[in-house]
Amino acid sequence: MTGAKVLLMMGCPEVPIQTSIALYLSHKLTKLGFDVTVAGTGAATQLLKVSDSDGYYAKKLVNLDNTLEDIIEKRADFDICFAFMHNDAGMTYAATMSAISQSRLYSIVFGRNAEALAETIEFDGEKIISTDVHNPVRLKNKLDKVVEEIVK
Amino acid sequence: MSCIEQMKYEILLDKTTYKAAREYIEKNSDEVYYVSPGYKIFKDYHIIGVPPIALGAKGNALIFTYTKPCYGTFVLTIDNEDSTKEIDRVREMENEKVIASLKKGKTPESSKASSTSYQDMWKK
Repeated sequence: MTGAKVLLMMGCPEVPIQTSIALYLSHKLTKLGFDVTVAGTGAATQLLKVSDSDGYYAKKLVNLDNTLEDIIEKRADFDICFAFMHNDAGMTYAATMSAISQSRLYSIVFGRNAEALAETIEFDGEKIISTDVHNPVRLKNKLDKVVEEIVK
Repeated sequence: MSCIEQMKYEILLDKTTYKAAREYIEKNSDEVYYVSPGYKIFKDYHIIGVPPIALGAKGNALIFTYTKPCYGTFVLTIDNEDSTKEIDRVREMENEKVIASLKKGKTPESSKASSTSYQDMWKK
């Protein structure tokens, strides 16, 4: 899978663990040889830019809506997509990605309502569910296992 | 940013779930059409949504969903020259689908409003 194109699709950054997990996952996958792009809303990308001001962990940072438009218009696509979601809008964006992209989709469902939200997902793909809000360690550990499976 | 935010629109339902927005369109439109996620309206707005994406027509007004990551899904309506064109376009697409089905000798699966569940229809 080395060189595979990976999209990390961030949603609303209201739940704190999203930013740290996005930075962690971006860096981990980049070190493993994946070509990682991180897409997000204006606020989500600004959080990453300030946290990682030299672009060390997230090298390609792009606008979420523009990225989806590029995929819809067949100007771009990815091999793997990790879609972050803690609310219905995040799930809606992931459902759109599932319909427009050829990528293998992993839904990262987090926050207090993670379990209920995960039950509303009707599209295919693996779900990584964590009810955590502030402490990213459990979600990080789950994602480590997922990445381990991907690189096998 | 899509051109939608620069257009004169009315909010019919705000900060809701996608499912509730779709149901609102189904219940409050004269005609309902179903399109795929990413379907483009008003030149540059690609609809974000959980399939099936419902588009409603009420008179010359187009009723559609608009999802914002931090605020949820809105149901918006626009009634102007462009909405009339969009309704004509989606009606034409629907007619083409029916003609294609008839040519193949199949019963046309119209997506126009009916009393059946649209969610079930999509899953068929």
